Amino acid sequence: MKHITIYLLLFTVVLAASCRKDSDFLDRKPTDVVAPEEVWKDKNLVLSVLAGFYDRFPDYQRIDRWWEFSNFDEAFPSAAGDYWRIQSTDWAYDWWSSWDYAFIRDLNMFIQAGNAATELDAMDKDRFLAEARFIRASVYFDLVKKMGGVPLILEPMDYDFSGDPTYLRHPRAKESEVYDFVLGELEAIKDQLPEDGTQTRATWGAALATEARAALYAGSVARYGAATPEVSLPGGEVGIPKEKAEAYYEKAFAAAKAIIDSKTYSLYQKKDDLSENFASLFTDKAGNPEVIFARDYLIKAGKTHGYTLSNQPRTSAEEQQGGRLNPSLNLAEEFELLNNTFAPFKTNEAAGGFAFYNNIGDIFAGRDARLRGTIIIPGDQFKGITVDIWAGWQLANGSVITGDQFGQIKDKVLPGDPKAVQVVGKDGPIDALEFGAQTGFFVRKYMDPNVGSGRIGTQSDVWWIRYRYAEVLLNAAEAAFELGNKDVAAGYLNEVRKRAGLVTPLTAAGITFDRIVHERRVELAFEDHILWDRKRWRIAHKTWNGEALNATTVTQDLGSATRINTMVFGLWPYKYYDPSGPNNGKYIFKVVKPSRVSKAHNFRMGNYYSLINASITSNNPLIVKQPNQ
Amino acid sequence: MNYIKFYSRLWMLCLTLVMASCAKDNYAPPSSAFTGRIVYQGTPLGTEDGQVYFELWQPGFGKSGSINVAVAQDGSYSAMLFNGSYKLVLPGGQGAFMGKNLSNGIPDTLQLDISGNKSLDLEVTPYYMIRNQQITASGKTITATCALEKIITDANAKNIERVSLYINKTQFVAASDTRKIANADLGGGAITDMNNISLSVAVPDIQPTQNYVFARIGVKIAGVEDMLYGPLQKITF
Repeated sequence: MKHITIYLLLFTVVLAASCRKDSDFLDRKPTDVVAPEEVWKDKNLVLSVLAGFYDRFPDYQRIDRWWEFSNFDEAFPSAAGDYWRIQSTDWAYDWWSSWDYAFIRDLNMFIQAGNAATELDAMDKDRFLAEARFIRASVYFDLVKKMGGVPLILEPMDYDFSGDPTYLRHPRAKESEVYDFVLGELEAIKDQLPEDGTQTRATWGAALATEARAALYAGSVARYGAATPEVSLPGGEVGIPKEKAEAYYEKAFAAAKAIIDSKTYSLYQKKDDLSENFASLFTDKAGNPEVIFARDYLIKAGKTHGYTLSNQPRTSAEEQQGGRLNPSLNLAEEFELLNNTFAPFKTNEAAGGFAFYNNIGDIFAGRDARLRGTIIIPGDQFKGITVDIWAGWQLANGSVITGDQFGQIKDKVLPGDPKAVQVVGKDGPIDALEFGAQTGFFVRKYMDPNVGSGRIGTQSDVWWIRYRYAEVLLNAAEAAFELGNKDVAAGYLNEVRKRAGLVTPLTAAGITFDRIVHERRVELAFEDHILWDRKRWRIAHKTWNGEALNATTVTQDLGSATRINTMVFGLWPYKYYDPSGPNNGKYIFKVVKPSRVSKAHNFRMGNYYSLINASITSNNPLIVKQPNQ
Repeated sequence: MNYIKFYSRLWMLCLTLVMASCAKDNYAPPSSAFTGRIVYQGTPLGTEDGQVYFELWQPGFGKSGSINVAVAQDGSYSAMLFNGSYKLVLPGGQGAFMGKNLSNGIPDTLQLDISGNKSLDLEVTPYYMIRNQQITASGKTITATCALEKIITDANAKNIERVSLYINKTQFVAASDTRKIANADLGGGAITDMNNISLSVAVPDIQPTQNYVFARIGVKIAGVEDMLYGPLQKITF
């Protein structure tokens, strides 16, 4: 009996004691997550959070998604799973749409917490906050170029659980208001950012470069949007009034000029071979003076991408794969001759018959050095190995001897030749055979020349350059041209062109809209510009107009801003076999449409601004629909 | 032997169960046909197949999304719907015509009650009308004549970008690359007499050979994406 009392007493004490501690027991400090209020107490923690934000920085085309480069007829996707990209007429309205308010909320919360924080050094705090605002401005810039005006949410919104969430609904801002926000924000933070010391975090130069590009986009939407009145909304959510163009172009010019005048950046000119030099610009990460803001990769940290692995020529491949991204003839022939004129590659003599070349690369000679800096042409080398691109033997009687495997060797196929001969290049082109050069070209831009870059186990850590000095020069040139200062525009264009070996300067009289469009197309190919540039100039529906091209029309209108570019074409080299004739062993070329290319791209008016899907409009009926969808 | 019998019975049982459960699973499909045409004063307006649509909204079912009803190339449409009450909207930027708009430019909504089959012609105002389209063949040359009437003449009036004659070997005829085998264009600036427009085009070789083509006239209006088309004609030559 006594024992029971004691036990009961003991049990009660234990129960009471444990009860008292219950709240403490449950409310534990997590050891694996850092609470938001903890972050702003330590510099390194803030930097870690920012690093996560930089990783989420929006891009559309990027080197870790090679296939996106083949959507717009600048290149052919030589992989069976991606043929649909050149076999469809329309782009879906929601293809490149974005509505990343989750990211914006994270940024807003970060900025709010940062503003309230007191424990960090003021200098550090200002820089961190400025970086977050730079990223937020960039996200809004990304949204506005894709969607037009979007709701401007600058504070984190919280639900009060009252049962009525309608106060969280915000209508779309005007397109011009979003651009104004982006420009104002960048202007406000640029002086809180360092001038140099980094190319992968926000800097003074990165803020100004973004400002220049955004202002240029806004200016051109205002000016060229006037030609497509159907791409606008009465509330201004899409479209910018024409009168505003001038002011935006002035801002763009001022921002670009500030970077140029500061002399912080310069064009990359380390190598004597101009094509080599242009290719190195994208792969050289050591003291590259041209790069303003990039997304970096690092092999030792395991942050790599497979761009080189996916696209390496088979002859120099380090795995049994590669060759996926094949630049189009449409793009290749846009590179000018050294006398600043345009000409298609000469495949036939004026009098008729093939044009013959002693060396396979001769047909490409005497052009803009960026051609071979952007594209690996037949006869070029990658990683020290010459690519083997030729489609077969052309016989004098008109027939063609070729094969269906890379580098195939056939016995006694050439008339009068008893030996076995190779009948097609080791890199192709073989029609409809994936991973070979189906257009006769491979891509060079961003291809990593380091050993191991093409191995699955290593891959590449070449960075993705978002802003570079040459684009700033082109932005300055375009803004100057639109403001009527053609001689200033010529000056900046000539700087970029000189680096590409086009030493004959353009004169002020030679600066036209076509020139501006052309220069951006060749300088900035495969750098996520083609779609946005064509959209803002409102020429996308003219260049991708749904009209089929043929081998003749694809070589016409070179250098024209509205040149039709609806289907990918290739240029295939053949060896000429005619033992008794003077042209035996020489090379000839044919303009070819790869047979997988079946449809002509058509950019609909509804593609100018991407779809806001029904789930967004259903949650928030204040959101107005995009025009023409 | 018994085993086989047992298993075959089991299989039969399973199969019966599957069949039986299937029968109960499905909802009845929508059964009310909503049909009609896009018309101006009773004349249907030709469009490119699949390029023009209008929206049907049925409120009251949680998240709202529209049913998009595509208009066929002769201006007709049809949709199978459940009975109920819908709102019909002709969105802006669809077709070479204007629906009824509210004063702020937002398309007006038409209340639509469906119970059983319903036929409704939607009256719209086109920018232009193609009148008296006549298409004839002489040898392998197709010649078309028509008159154009400008319907909208107020502040919303738009100019003609071009008038085109399209021919195709199938009955889908439009400006798209896959819907024509040849075309003849007349730029808007080259039109001297709106009442007397004439276009002619040579029929290219058709594989396999056929002795007829389908043809119609299309009008591209400046600043309007969708084109206006005349009635389809089958021309034998």
